[in-house]
Amino acid sequence: MTYVTHDESAFVPPFEVEEPELYHPKTFIGKYIWSQDAKVIAVQYSITAIAVGLVALVLSGIMRLQLGFPNVFSFITPSTYLQYVTMHGMIMVIYLLTALFLGGFGNYLIPLMVGARDMVFPYVNMVSYWVYLFAVLLLMASFFVPGGPTGAGWTLYPPQAILDGTPGASWGIILMLVSLAFFIIGFTMGGLNYVVTVLQARTRGMTMMRLPLTIWGIFMATILALLAFPALFVSAIMMTLDQTLGTSFFMPALVSKGQQLAYNGGSPILFQHLFWFFGHPEVYIVALPAFGIVSDLISVNARKNIFGYRMMVWAILAIGGLSFMVWAHHMYVSGMNPYFGFFFATTTLIIAVPTALKVYNWVLTLWRGDIHFTVPMLFAIGFVFTFINGGLTGLFLGNVPVDIPLSGTMFVVAHFHMVMAVSPILVVFGAIYHWYPKVTGRMLNDTMGKFHFWVTFIGTYAIYYPMHYLGFLGVPRRYYAMGTTVFIPESAQTLNEAITIAALIVGAVQVVFIYNLIWSYFNGKPSGPNPWRATTLEWQTPETPPKHGNFGPTLPAVYRWAYDYSVPGAAEDFIPQNQPPGKRTGGLEDKPDASELGPPGLATSGIPKPLGGHS
Amino acid sequence: MAMAVVLVLLVVGSVLFHYLSPWYFTPIASNWGNIDDTVTLTFWVTGFVFVVVNLFMAWCVMRYRHGKVKAAHYEPENKKLEGWLIGLTTVGVVAMLAPGLVAWAKFVDVPKDAAVFEVVGRQWYFNYRFPGADGVLGTVDARFVSDTNPFGVNPDDPRGKDDVLVASPVLHLPMGKPVKAELRSIDVLHDFTVPQFRAKMNMVPGLVTYVWYTPTRAGTYDVFCEQLCGIAHYAMRGKVIVEEEGAFRAWLAGYPTFVQTSAQVAGDAAAGEPLYAVCGACHGPQGEGNPALNAPKLSGQGDWYLKRQLLHFKSGARGTHEKDVFGKMMAPMAATLADDAAVNNVVAYIRTLPDQPAPATVKGNAKSGHDSFENCGACHGADGRGIRAMNAPRLKGMSDWYLMTQLKNFRHGIRGAHKADIYGPQMASMAAMLHDDQVTADLVAYINTLK
Amino acid sequence: MTTALLFLSAVMVIVVGWLVRKTINVAPWVEQRSMEIAGGDGALSLLPVQVGLGAFLAVATSLFALLISAYHMRMMEDDWTALVLPNVLWLNIVVLILASIAMQWTLVAARQGRMDNVRKGLIAGGVFSFAFLAGQLWAWRQLGASGHFTAADPAYAFFLLLTTMHGIHLLGGLWVWARTTVRAVRGAEIGKVRLSVELCTVYWHYLLLVWAVLFAVLLNAHQ
Ligand code: HEA
Ligand code: HEA
Ligand code: CUA
Ligand SMILES: [Cu+2]
Repeated sequence: MTYVTHDESAFVPPFEVEEPELYHPKTFIGKYIWSQDAKVIAVQYSITAIAVGLVALVLSGIMRLQLGFPNVFSFITPSTYLQYVTMHGMIMVIYLLTALFLGGFGNYLIPLMVGARDMVFPYVNMVSYWVYLFAVLLLMASFFVPGGPTGAGWTLYPPQAILDGTPGASWGIILMLVSLAFFIIGFTMGGLNYVVTVLQARTRGMTMMRLPLTIWGIFMATILALLAFPALFVSAIMMTLDQTLGTSFFMPALVSKGQQLAYNGGSPILFQHLFWFFGHPEVYIVALPAFGIVSDLISVNARKNIFGYRMMVWAILAIGGLSFMVWAHHMYVSGMNPYFGFFFATTTLIIAVPTALKVYNWVLTLWRGDIHFTVPMLFAIGFVFTFINGGLTGLFLGNVPVDIPLSGTMFVVAHFHMVMAVSPILVVFGAIYHWYPKVTGRMLNDTMGKFHFWVTFIGTYAIYYPMHYLGFLGVPRRYYAMGTTVFIPESAQTLNEAITIAALIVGAVQVVFIYNLIWSYFNGKPSGPNPWRATTLEWQTPETPPKHGNFGPTLPAVYRWAYDYSVPGAAEDFIPQNQPPGKRTGGLEDKPDASELGPPGLATSGIPKPLGGHS
Repeated sequence: MAMAVVLVLLVVGSVLFHYLSPWYFTPIASNWGNIDDTVTLTFWVTGFVFVVVNLFMAWCVMRYRHGKVKAAHYEPENKKLEGWLIGLTTVGVVAMLAPGLVAWAKFVDVPKDAAVFEVVGRQWYFNYRFPGADGVLGTVDARFVSDTNPFGVNPDDPRGKDDVLVASPVLHLPMGKPVKAELRSIDVLHDFTVPQFRAKMNMVPGLVTYVWYTPTRAGTYDVFCEQLCGIAHYAMRGKVIVEEEGAFRAWLAGYPTFVQTSAQVAGDAAAGEPLYAVCGACHGPQGEGNPALNAPKLSGQGDWYLKRQLLHFKSGARGTHEKDVFGKMMAPMAATLADDAAVNNVVAYIRTLPDQPAPATVKGNAKSGHDSFENCGACHGADGRGIRAMNAPRLKGMSDWYLMTQLKNFRHGIRGAHKADIYGPQMASMAAMLHDDQVTADLVAYINTLK
Repeated sequence: MTTALLFLSAVMVIVVGWLVRKTINVAPWVEQRSMEIAGGDGALSLLPVQVGLGAFLAVATSLFALLISAYHMRMMEDDWTALVLPNVLWLNIVVLILASIAMQWTLVAARQGRMDNVRKGLIAGGVFSFAFLAGQLWAWRQLGASGHFTAADPAYAFFLLLTTMHGIHLLGGLWVWARTTVRAVRGAEIGKVRLSVELCTVYWHYLLLVWAVLFAVLLNAHQ
């Protein structure tokens, strides 16, 4: 926390306070382990998230093996299968995507893109990461406790989640719930940082409407997360109590395996409401940052301003607002009052409108653009395609009578993989190819990148598009084996085999990506400060990778929005946000004129002493 | 360039796949045709959007690639265009939503003349209850549930006395009549799904939910549980047989009312003793079993289970598969028991026999067997004592060589495949997890270690 | 759920409304000299910490709103048996009010630069707060001692849950309070503690409000 003297606590123009007391570590430990530099924290977040992501990826491979070739692998039993499904789902959604988008990209990009020296509460920011790491370790620990991890499904529905008869109902579930609680605490610390930094630490001239959409996406996602996670937190605590102290928040009177249990009167539906009250915003928490980032990737590589910037911003706001009013579309068949169906079906389909607008504007940005097929651009286009597909299947599920036959089948699985496992993951990859040069100063290898893209894009589509039709056929999800049925044809099994093979190939190709990350770190060709000739501030830093404090002696002043590409009359086809108006020379060399410079008399290199008053 | 081509191919491919693939809704067998219609409509709207937007994108990608164009066109925004797109999208959304809500309105209000019956979900099978002569179901409560009152019918409720209890996962329904299924669970969340009926609903402990339909096509359909309910979720199956009113009535008449089930006469051990002489010849005077004659240990096994198996042998639900060599030997023996009373008596006698654990004969790695047993324990009890509520017989201390053969039989469809063996399929799909004899031996070796 | 939904829609309306006001009728693509724009527009005229606290209070409110709606939903079940609230709760809320007053008084003192009063006030506030927590524990003891409540009893379980949640938040506040008080007693000059005092005061008022609401909910649930 910073303590400010009497007079300063009165109104201070933001561009004077947005330098927090930067604490300059000398030791290696201080620089890279207990670091308070958002950029380092970002890398720590990303590496951890990707690491657990790979665990979840392996789990998905095992699940596919069972579904594609049942009764071949003796280590996959009904209970282990459910445990793999559960851990796979939970890790991917929470510990990979949420952490990577907000903790990873959020930490790295927010200060750089809004023109701040760092997050406003660097210390809290650091703690946030370590709490997250602790949560991850707790989760991983559940693989080694008696009974193994919980197999309750990532939705953790009681009563079965805490009853004997579900794998890991004693240790696994507790570890899961506690780990989630810690994740939420850690995230809240980070989240407050992101929001306040965007609100208070923007540099001169960086109005809200000049923010790159990346920031808008992350900003809105963070707000959603801050308000939605408490729902999960509450339900996690209440379920923990039910399991340990025998309270009956969610547990009705029931008979487990012929034994009467002491529980009484609790309501399982209540849990589902709480869970989805978090769960639906959660899916937009991982979608909105992707929306934002992809907008920038497309705009940069089409050398064209994002089409309808304002509409894009308002669409993000609308989606954020609406996403709190649709949660029960996950509960059409849950046994809740069926009359809710009318309301939630309507709100759910309304969300399609702002989302649709975003899709249109991405495509319209390509329209009459000057498209460079860089690797990030390929991933961006891939995203638009898969997202349209996944979003449209969402409309099937959103329309209540259509959901009835499809709910609980592989159709749902196909829907959310297309829209969450494929689309945002494609953006994650695109974003990594895009910003890796800024993080390391080196380009990722292009050939490997293209190979990685084509296999992942086409491969994942081959995995999930056919899967919808298994759902129509009536193949249920979370089934260890289909067994013998009256009506499901043999060919369905053949399809499953094909899907599995595709999945294994795609999974294996991720190794190329990891290899690329490592190889290029040492051998990649130097990128220079602005390889993509982009306008946003992170590309205008004096050093690449940016030093602690980001912008050298003075913070940049901003004169224009983030999308001045191919402006008629400009010398270059892009004008950096910090280039003063008037001269149309473009390029990087040009300096802001003296009138714009910050407080004078500061050393020309390194970090200025913090302004007075920060004790 | 490549990108454009791929996009076009993917769009075309997706459409072709939709029309050519053999995988789609199974032919509907209920009145919910308008659900299918809504789905078709949704396909048209979304399909149209999918094709148009993506093809347009493909065209842009090709037409405006770098090199082909000199510079990008500068246009911050175009309110008019965006307005139009929003408008059109809204129209599309309404076009899908309106019929959807109409269908839903039908879904939520049950026709007055719908005949009510009840589905009881429990780990991991379905049971059914039909109102008796008085046409109303008696009240129920999980608190009443016990081995003798598995449905938890309120014993003091007169309306419950004549309720017909179908203690079997197989359900018959009359054709062409609207029925309302009241759904109830006594342990965890379950779900009652008949894919061909389209309509489905979860079963929630502590609540009674409902779903209604009019079966329109005679036939046999699978019942799935589509709400995760634990280890055997995937094995929680049932069948629905839609048939003519008459056949349905006949089927229902075959099941006892609540009073009848609770008035079950306990067998008379004394009367059973002479009957047992026949059995003792193979199973041994103490029911200790005899490997030489392939006769398993009987003493200590749950009487309810012995009874069910004897009835299966009598009815041919077991011991008729040509590969079931020893089963074929047992069948005629069971036939010597004249009637249910005889069966009850002999079972009652077996119950009086002393219970010594059978000697261990199977060699295997008990440690690796432990992991597979995680799954068995879910029904048979972590200590293998057998749990009547789960229809799971006792395993520990019983003849291990017999367990081996039976597990193999289940795995190879020699046992549990007969349609009258209602709980067999569940065990069969579980046994499928034991891929080879080694795994099976390890498992049985672990069971031998259970005290 | 309705309680939480109402709250969240309210928050969302505020956030979205505020952002739209910031963003409507600007044409961002028109370049402008940054000096013509109030430094980084849209920033509230507050310090980051203050905004941070505000954001945190929103999160906490979401948490309590959800707890309350869960409570209401659970009450609907027929097995609900009201529990007799121990009277000490009435004393507790008075004590908590006193704590709030003390903090407010401290704030005034800080504004006037009266360091001695700041110390007094801080200590008083802390003492009252701990007294409140002690009182809550006492209430638990009484209920526990009365014997006829088991954890399985929903009303009882909820009572423990709600009070604990509120108590934990208060403890968090007390941690900051402790740091501030130590600095104040060590004779830091006013400027060094003023902001912390401000933050604490806001937080204390907030927690008083929350407890007042929770208490009311508990009360009318048991008429
Ligand atoms: C990133 C994650 C993400 C996103 C963005 C979405 C987006 C949407 N989802 Fe999805 N969803 C999930 C992740 C996501 N979902 C997950 C994880 C589950 C399963 C959880 C579980 O059970 O395990 C799920 C489940 C799920 C269900 C519950 C199914 C069930 O369990 O029975 C429903 C039902 O309404 C639904 C609906 C929607 C809708 C309407 C959208 C909409 O936002 C989509 C909007 C987008 C478009 C519509 C496409 C773009 C529009 C156009 C190109 C123009 C359209 C034109 C016209 C309509 C004319 N989703
Ligand atoms: C972001 C979320 C995410 C992601 C990426 C994935 C990725 C995959 N999922 Fe997963 N899945 C879920 C979320 C996700 N899944 C959820 C929530 C469930 C529901 C769980 C439940 O029912 O409780 C589920 C369930 C689920 C099922 C249903 C099981 C069942 O119901 O019986 C299946 C079956 O095929 C499956 C398969 C796969 C496969 C083959 C992949 C992939 O291998 C496909 C290919 C994708 C990639 C190759 C991208 C991989 C990249 C990473 C994983 C990040 C690693 C980081 C770097 C390399 C930078 N998943
Ligand atoms: Cu019962 Cu799944
Ligand atoms: Cu949703």
